[in-house]
Amino acid sequence: MSAKPKFAMYWAASCGGCEIAVLNIGEKILDVDANFEVVFWPVAMDAKYKDVEAMEDKSILLTLFNGGIRNKENEEIAHLLRRKSQLLVAFGSCACEGCIPGLANLSTPEQIFNAAYESVSTENPEHYRPAFDYAMPEGDIHIPKFFPILRTLDQVVDVDYYMPGCPPESHQIAAVIDLVIQVLNGQASLPPKGSVIGAGGSTVCDDCPRQRNVKTISAFRRIQDLTDPDPDICLLEQGIPCNGPATRSGCGALCPQAGAQCIGCYGPAEGVLDYGARLITAYASVIDSNDPAEIERILDGIPDPVGQFYRFNLAGSLLRASKAAWTNTLKDHA
Amino acid sequence: MTENLNSAKSGNGSEKSFPNFEPVIIGFTCNWCSYRAADLAGTARVKYPPNVRLIRLMCSGRLDPTFVMKALADGADGVLITGCHPGECHYLEQNYKALRRYLLLRRTLVGMGIEAERVKLVWASAAEGVKLAQEISTLVEEIRQLGPLHWAGKGYIDSRHPVPAAAVQEVVA
Repeated sequence: MSAKPKFAMYWAASCGGCEIAVLNIGEKILDVDANFEVVFWPVAMDAKYKDVEAMEDKSILLTLFNGGIRNKENEEIAHLLRRKSQLLVAFGSCACEGCIPGLANLSTPEQIFNAAYESVSTENPEHYRPAFDYAMPEGDIHIPKFFPILRTLDQVVDVDYYMPGCPPESHQIAAVIDLVIQVLNGQASLPPKGSVIGAGGSTVCDDCPRQRNVKTISAFRRIQDLTDPDPDICLLEQGIPCNGPATRSGCGALCPQAGAQCIGCYGPAEGVLDYGARLITAYASVIDSNDPAEIERILDGIPDPVGQFYRFNLAGSLLRASKAAWTNTLKDHA
Repeated sequence: MTENLNSAKSGNGSEKSFPNFEPVIIGFTCNWCSYRAADLAGTARVKYPPNVRLIRLMCSGRLDPTFVMKALADGADGVLITGCHPGECHYLEQNYKALRRYLLLRRTLVGMGIEAERVKLVWASAAEGVKLAQEISTLVEEIRQLGPLHWAGKGYIDSRHPVPAAAVQEVVA
């Protein structure tokens, strides 16, 4: 059994939810163990970066990489795993499109460090900040440098497949693992490079069982402000900003079925270049007014359009980051 | 977010000057009105600055906000969107859709720290060559005052390294 193909999983800037989603596939995890030798998986086993460096190039068959590229360590491991892996999968929303950590691209590095070390919820009476380089008697120590902009995995290295979701649904992960095992046994072939796997090709609306009529919206309202949202009618039709029209199917429309609006964690639907732009189109088309002042009043119901349209997709969007994040960078390094 | 809005509104380029800065402006025009207005301006020898590159759409309602995002991300300093006057759309009321998209897009761009003045919606009928030329001249001057947008360095979308080097310089807090 020494010839089992090798499997690795890594977390960069992420929350760890993707690892939980993998473990959540239940007894399928035994299939992973039966068919793969797990060589590197920081959350589940002890392994050192130098162990990976010692491996032959392309010796890992499948690497699931979750998390965005926030600092130098993330970047180095992305390059290392790319070199060692035959198939590198951007696993989960962070690696595919930045996800929640990508929202830090609206802020300058200084604001990010202030939020982490000086906010009201942080107890830091000595005002400690990380020292990236520090001289100890035993020698200089360094911690990974921080980048002003969080990048998606494919903005750093070549990516073979994308698996969206925050986190990817467990049944989708199980299906992908099944597929890889079938490929190993010669019973199936891999999809074309660059494909989105473990998700549908349509939109969340397509999977949503709610009833859709003609949409005419005269006010946007937050779902928590509604006392009696209709359980059967399309949420957007009720004026609740639901991101279903631009979001890739694959989750089974879980949130709208539970009475909550889609927030877009499965990322842009097939053919969508910019997720937020597609949502702007969708929302603007159904606003029931032709009067500029009235339209502005209706749009006041979306107090934070960037957060609404790019909650998961900012780092992967066309603009990638706010001007504040750029100009700070350009000022420092021009 | 609030800080972004404030910095965007204050027009941070007003007291600076940008010598030799020629704004690049992408203009989306409607086949039935503003594109012909631009044509009319040409045949009537009405002058307007050469900074605007016009792209013809069949209708302002065809304008996907993606076009604007891509123009700005790929190096444009401003975007001009033009369409038929309200009530005069060749396709009945698609220009109203363009209006609503524009207003929502503008809010989103301001949230990203882009000055609202950089993206402008103008109604111009096929007879309004002079008006269109004036609007273009005004926009070019406004953007000249704002200075270059220089979003992320030009042309990064199509390169193999989609984020410019300056943005991934290491930061030491």
